Amino acid sequence: MNYAQAACAALEDAMRRDARVVVVGEDVGRGGIFGQYRGLQQAFGAARVIDTPISEATILGAAVGMALAGLQPVVEMRVVDFALCAIDELVNQAAKARYMFGGQGRVAMLARLPNGLWSGSAAQHSQSLEAWFAHVPGLVVVAPATPQDNYGLLAASLACGDPVVYLEHKELWGLEGEVEPAQPARLGEAEIARPGRDVSVVTWSRTRHAALEAAEIAAARGVSLEVIDLRTIWPWDRDAVLTSAARTGRVLVAHEAVQVAGFGAEIAATLAEHTDVRVRRLGAPRIPVGYATPLEDESRVTPQAIAAAALDLARHPRR
Amino acid sequence: MDEVLDSGRALALYRTMARIRAFEDAAEEASKGGVAAFGASLSAAMVRGPLHLSTGQEAVAAGVCAHLRKSDLLTSTHRGHGHTIAKGAALERMMCELFGRASGTNGGKGGSMHIADFSVGMLGANGVVAAGIPIAVGAAHALRARGGSDVVTCFFGDGAINRGPFLEGLNWAAVHALPILFVCEDNRWAATTAAESITAGAGALARSIAIGVPGTQVDGNDVFAVWQATAKLLVDVRSGAGPRLLHAITYRVKGHVSVDVAAYRDVAKHDKALERDPLVLAAQRIGAPEQLQAIGREARGEVAAALAAAHAAPWPEPRAAYTDVQDTGAGRWRG
Repeated sequence: MNYAQAACAALEDAMRRDARVVVVGEDVGRGGIFGQYRGLQQAFGAARVIDTPISEATILGAAVGMALAGLQPVVEMRVVDFALCAIDELVNQAAKARYMFGGQGRVAMLARLPNGLWSGSAAQHSQSLEAWFAHVPGLVVVAPATPQDNYGLLAASLACGDPVVYLEHKELWGLEGEVEPAQPARLGEAEIARPGRDVSVVTWSRTRHAALEAAEIAAARGVSLEVIDLRTIWPWDRDAVLTSAARTGRVLVAHEAVQVAGFGAEIAATLAEHTDVRVRRLGAPRIPVGYATPLEDESRVTPQAIAAAALDLARHPRR
Repeated sequence: MDEVLDSGRALALYRTMARIRAFEDAAEEASKGGVAAFGASLSAAMVRGPLHLSTGQEAVAAGVCAHLRKSDLLTSTHRGHGHTIAKGAALERMMCELFGRASGTNGGKGGSMHIADFSVGMLGANGVVAAGIPIAVGAAHALRARGGSDVVTCFFGDGAINRGPFLEGLNWAAVHALPILFVCEDNRWAATTAAESITAGAGALARSIAIGVPGTQVDGNDVFAVWQATAKLLVDVRSGAGPRLLHAITYRVKGHVSVDVAAYRDVAKHDKALERDPLVLAAQRIGAPEQLQAIGREARGEVAAALAAAHAAPWPEPRAAYTDVQDTGAGRWRG
């Protein structure tokens, strides 16, 4: 089962169990542009898989109204970049409604905002904005990297009752993998994707796979990387990172997002406050993603770059 | 099909307007010195921060909401006290909210701009212009899923029709034939700018019709006209014919916020507008001055009791700042 099918299966299971779950967004009736809603309108009808105009603000704002009035909406936003047309609805409405209304209503909503660099799609379709959402009280931020996690975390996100910014990666849709529906996934729980001794690499989303490749490169040079996939950006698994850091004494945070004020900065700051381990960050330079391949490549966080940063870190003695 | 506007209903409309007026007058008094940006001190104010009064617009809230059931839903604006009162919220809990007290409708977490009472179907005022429109669209989908003939009433001002959600929301509601009554409460002022100076074309109703949402324009200071126009539109909306829009022309008597003296307005025009006070107009039509005076006294008495209760009510505990944020990751307030 691929990454898109896994999410679709989790959604179908949830819709079968709970009539309150509805889908709202552009092109969902046709299965979504990545196939991540395939067959759902046929199975559940157009009143539960609701095709909408290209009206991002109203897609997200309507989801808030649906939730306050008792439904559990799944929002299709096509790509995270377009969600910027709906930022009031996400930040001022969805994230705040429960609090500012004194708990009278809740926004149990799952907003799918595909994140990350999309090859050949240039500056307005290639951003990684997880840090923006992690900064907003009220929001949960999830970034699955595998078909198994896209099944499990989507189900867990639907069940949590909070507004969830669900950041699938724009280029992982076709990724194949085993999916065990019975395997539970908990929000806020990282996975050690590869155990190691010398350097902890904290990462998420597609960069998990780049980090695993980097671990092979490093292993060939005799350096053992531990790859930690956070899976949930907020609340992130601080214990897993601190535990790994205590073991290796060196932590590299690697992500696709721009390095400056990226979520890696939060992790690095936490490590600085609570440990004396060596910390390094690796993200994209603070430039828009360019169209031409040589320009686009400047924004990529490659396995080679991760390996180089980790090997450099490994040259420093443990503190 | 038309309901009859008998004397009982007329008095009820007047009573709703009198209660709103008394509430707004008291809130205004309690907000004196309440907005630092206008050069006043915060210290004296019981109602802090921006307070947007609906004084003079009571006929819109009263005339529209008189037709609403408790199970109908409503979204409102930053100028939302009147809608909230007319939908059935208790004045005491509302005043407690304006005072920021634990016994307020929102537990003191929202204040005037976010006042809400879900127990009467009032899904919240909103600090962002036009933000209630998409929320109303979603709430209407939820009502459709529930079945029945309940509707969403969505209030917004003349300023909102220049924001994108107006176009998006009306188009969507028309495409999906949603049960929504849109009410443009056109008070002629968008913050401190005359709406006509920044709005092209003929305004809310013309735009609504162009989008495919039929509607009616009405004198928003004539509560009986508002009542009658709403009755007709709601017959359509409740029957599943799709959304309708009521364009109610009214007048914002106060400044944008309570401590804004609105010196930017033409005095002669302003004075002329004040002659069309909706309570005075209604009183002239109803007659029975003693009865109306009694209703006014009763309303002011109710508000006085609400004020006393709000003064006496306890503040929220500081720890309440950490509840109703989110369940996932609760407790992780600093990383």
